[in-house]
Amino acid sequence: MSTSSVSKGCFVFKPSAKKKKTPSLKDYFIHGCEGAEDSETRFQLCQNLWDKIKADTEALQDELNRKILDSLLDFTRKCSTTRQHSDWAAQMRASEIPTAALVLGVNVPDHDMTFQSLSDLLQQSVSPHVASVQAKECGALKHLMKRVLERLMDTEVTLDDEEEEVTEQTSTQLHNSVHCSLETLCDWYIAKTKKSFSGTPGKKRSSPGRDDPQQPPVVIIFKDLEAFNPRVLQDFILICSRYIQRLPLMFIFGIATSPSTIQHMLPHSVSSLLCIELFQSLSCTQHLATVIDKLILTPDFPFKLSDKVMQVLISIFLYHDFSVRNFIKGIQLALVEHFHSQPLSVLCCKKKEALLNVMQLSHTDLERIRQLPSFKRYVEKQELQEQTNLTTDDTHLKEVCRKLIKDLHKYHKNYYPILRCLHTMTSALPRYPLGKQIRELHLICLEKTVWENEDYQSAMKLLKMLAKDELITLLQRCAEILQPVKSKKMKKARVHLEELLAKFRQLDTVAAETQSCVEDSLISPVKNLGKKTDLFQLQKTLLEMNETRRSKKLNPFELLRNEVVEFIDSLVKSHLSPPETQTLNEVCYYSSSTAVRRHLNATPRTSIQAALSSPYYYLQNNSLKSEEGSVSNAAPDICIAYKLHLECGRLINLYDWLEAYATVVSAAEGNHPDSDNFGKVDEVKHARFIRAVSELEFLGFIKSTKKKTDHVARLTWGGC
Amino acid sequence: MTALLQQPGYEEERLQRVAEKLPCRDVQAGLLLSLMGQPQQYSFPSIFIYGHRASGKSHVLQVLLKELELPHATVSCVECVSVVLLFEQVLLSFFGCDAASLLPRSPSLSDFVRVYRQQCSQSPAKQTRYIVMEKAELLRDTDANLLPALLRLQELVEDNVTVILLSEIVWDKFRPNTGCFEPLLLHFPDYSKGELQQILSQDRHPSYSAEFYSSYINILLGVFYSVCRDLRELRHLAALNFSKFCEPLAEGKVKDTDTHKLWRNIEPHLKKAMQTVYLREVSSLQWEQMQQMEEKETGTVRGLSAHTHVELPYYSKFLLIAAYLASYNPARTDKRFFVKHHGKIKKTNFLKKNEKTSNHLLGPKPFPLDRLLAIFYSVVDSRVAPTASIFSQISSLVTLQLLTKVSQGDLLDAPKFKCAVSLDFICAISRTVNFEILKYLYDFL
Repeated sequence: MSTSSVSKGCFVFKPSAKKKKTPSLKDYFIHGCEGAEDSETRFQLCQNLWDKIKADTEALQDELNRKILDSLLDFTRKCSTTRQHSDWAAQMRASEIPTAALVLGVNVPDHDMTFQSLSDLLQQSVSPHVASVQAKECGALKHLMKRVLERLMDTEVTLDDEEEEVTEQTSTQLHNSVHCSLETLCDWYIAKTKKSFSGTPGKKRSSPGRDDPQQPPVVIIFKDLEAFNPRVLQDFILICSRYIQRLPLMFIFGIATSPSTIQHMLPHSVSSLLCIELFQSLSCTQHLATVIDKLILTPDFPFKLSDKVMQVLISIFLYHDFSVRNFIKGIQLALVEHFHSQPLSVLCCKKKEALLNVMQLSHTDLERIRQLPSFKRYVEKQELQEQTNLTTDDTHLKEVCRKLIKDLHKYHKNYYPILRCLHTMTSALPRYPLGKQIRELHLICLEKTVWENEDYQSAMKLLKMLAKDELITLLQRCAEILQPVKSKKMKKARVHLEELLAKFRQLDTVAAETQSCVEDSLISPVKNLGKKTDLFQLQKTLLEMNETRRSKKLNPFELLRNEVVEFIDSLVKSHLSPPETQTLNEVCYYSSSTAVRRHLNATPRTSIQAALSSPYYYLQNNSLKSEEGSVSNAAPDICIAYKLHLECGRLINLYDWLEAYATVVSAAEGNHPDSDNFGKVDEVKHARFIRAVSELEFLGFIKSTKKKTDHVARLTWGGC
Repeated sequence: MTALLQQPGYEEERLQRVAEKLPCRDVQAGLLLSLMGQPQQYSFPSIFIYGHRASGKSHVLQVLLKELELPHATVSCVECVSVVLLFEQVLLSFFGCDAASLLPRSPSLSDFVRVYRQQCSQSPAKQTRYIVMEKAELLRDTDANLLPALLRLQELVEDNVTVILLSEIVWDKFRPNTGCFEPLLLHFPDYSKGELQQILSQDRHPSYSAEFYSSYINILLGVFYSVCRDLRELRHLAALNFSKFCEPLAEGKVKDTDTHKLWRNIEPHLKKAMQTVYLREVSSLQWEQMQQMEEKETGTVRGLSAHTHVELPYYSKFLLIAAYLASYNPARTDKRFFVKHHGKIKKTNFLKKNEKTSNHLLGPKPFPLDRLLAIFYSVVDSRVAPTASIFSQISSLVTLQLLTKVSQGDLLDAPKFKCAVSLDFICAISRTVNFEILKYLYDFL
């Protein structure tokens, strides 16, 4: 007897644990890294730098948010205490729900962090009951209720008409399942407060003065008020106001645009139930300014951005998103890219470490240094003997590198204080020749030699016209900036500044004497002016006056002022030269702006079009190479269909398109143009064509239309 | 006054208390009482009470039912996000929580009726049970069968139960087109000025005499009665401004009988309150602080509507401007505004006479995405790559409610938008980017 059986089975093979191990960050970094030998050190350096940047920005963020959060916390505390006052007026208006309208600006991606720290702070110091909700999870009132209850009570809340999560419920569970109403929340709250009350009996009565821990408010944070459905919000507020006597509720509205949105969203009957107070956060441009100040305009971080990268990051911020978080992400990207792609970035660290690392450089690294454009320029300037030494002797090169690295660090140490000084001097000038913000000035200085700039010349001219008291305050501020800097040159500069300031003070005493003689020289041509009527004569006198003024003897103040301006000018010339002129700047400066732009500001549309019109760009297959503007007939079907559809108008006849497609494909198959089945549509071609067309539809180039039968509509305009 | 509130079956003393708690509503209360009849008697199946906000509908019913200790369930329809909450609350207050848990998951109306009948056969009503539905107008949005069923609930459950609906709008707006049992209509008229005075005077400050408070209410009503008759609002305003009213008294400048001087003192203050705190421009808490700060610093607190400035990224501003232009210019005029050499289109030919009506009066018109982008590329002064962030800015403008999406559905299929900002707003925005928007608007040609 033979039994044959066929069995089907499904077997699960669990992958062994070793294989599953995902490569660590380090492995990712080292893989495909330029100059692999010291990649681990570079990874470590990069990691350390990033950790520092991250910690610093977080501290900064907290610092910036502190003020607004503090006032908000005060508000919540005040609200929860006034509620418990038994004074007459407070009782009369106890039905209002205290509401804080928190205006955060349009940089929505940054808000999450603010709200997170806000709710943490609230939970620490005001009330354990904090729930935050977002608009996208609260489409209808019941969902909003559910989220609020869930987050406050930390339990599953059943929504009765949702069938999806039907489980076999025992009768006990049925009792435990919570209904989605504020009544439940109320009961829960009372139970909760009672519990804590019974824990410390008698205390409540004894200390009624301080804000009562027994009655902490229930805070609900609406993260993005604008996106909420007004209807839902109104109903929710109406319901809440019914329970306000029993449940000390409190709202926080996160507003991205302007507070008047509240009035747009809520009718008077609803907004009259709220007691709204406004809190304005720091504007995002100020926020960016502080971040740049702390992260970029400091010699503490050895990693630097070149002018182009800086420009890209700032323009993404100003033109696109106003998001400081994205800006920092951009810096992170540049940082990783720099350490990943530049083998010499081992030297991009603190001075001591860098000097150590110089000694450990391998021969290939030294060769790389010799290839650096800035180093080549340096070599050219040296004498012949030194030149040969540098190119042949490795140990000598190391010595020189140590010196150069020291110079680079010195340069940075002096650059930023002088930049700040120049900024304080010029930022208040009329029409802002060198920009209002220090980042603009920084960009100018990075880009090219600042003193050759026309705006710089005009700024210096304007400086020569400043009044005395203005000049003195500016100089004092400069001196303050230079105060903490520990560098010889800066100390010298500060001493000089102090001397100049002292001279200004001395001027006051001698000022009175010089006054009279100055007036004499000025008045005479003005007197003549009154008599002239002829235009030509007038012009002549004016020119004369100009001459006299120019050649006129300067008074001591003016002399001193010129001296000051020249001093500033000399400082700028000696310290604000662009980084490109510094030897070995490539070690610290990341300059690939295209990489940053490509990663941060993607252009999906351009990429799709590039892929469709020149598939070689992505596929790198030699058969796809073709001259500009045409597609090889061996290209993927969708490329051919795309190319053909570009030749059509707004409506495309599908049959014509198919015919054209078949012709092209036949040519690709090598059929002779005269053979019978050339350009004939067979089933396979038909199917391929249909697939290509539906892919184009998916990509949004065409859509079906009802205007004409067997036609599709083009969604893009223009063609070949 | 108490003569009206007489109904056999209730204790005299209680009726007296009810009458005291319901000033100026004795007629309505009396009518209701006589409708309700004696506790054990059957009442009319459904009663519909309407009247403006704060005309005492809920208050009257609450006082009646509570003071006379009648079995009742009060449900606010706003709260009933699903009918189950309504059913539960009714069962809970009539039969206790065991009954409520008998309801199945997602119960239907017939489930409710079944459970109710089952329960009331165990504990039949000795007195009329009342179900009070507040904000009954929301019942119209629920299942079509709910309202008709509630109106004849007495028949359905065969119990002595009466449903009372409270609403701010008239019954005509409720009547379903399939027809239903007509409830008894009862109107609560607005309080008159005298009545308001009488009611407001009742919650006087404990440390001042009744006459003094009443004179204050008189002054308050003199200012606010022309703009606001809402009892709740008035009560709120009275509480907020009373301390200011008492100020000269506390300083000893005026005696509490000198009403004229007191009036002179408080009147400008109340006028200011009308413009700020009544409109909720400033919150009541801030208002109290302002009172303490005196006039010198009050300028620092600005109302909500004073903050209209919105900071936007550079391209978002231009996208918004482009959206505004697309919304308020007819599409055929785009060529004239945005093409450099648009041929010789004479202005007279170009302006159609029948298009006299201002587009701004008609409101924004929807426009497709590609028109928005085409205008955007021509108004923005530099070359902009169509990056992903441009598109994400459009969607973030939508979430900020500066644009609204008109057509729902998939994004591939040419989404349409409308611009939802005002002319003033867009003018302010375009000023910041040096764009003269009025030159590009068809209406201002």
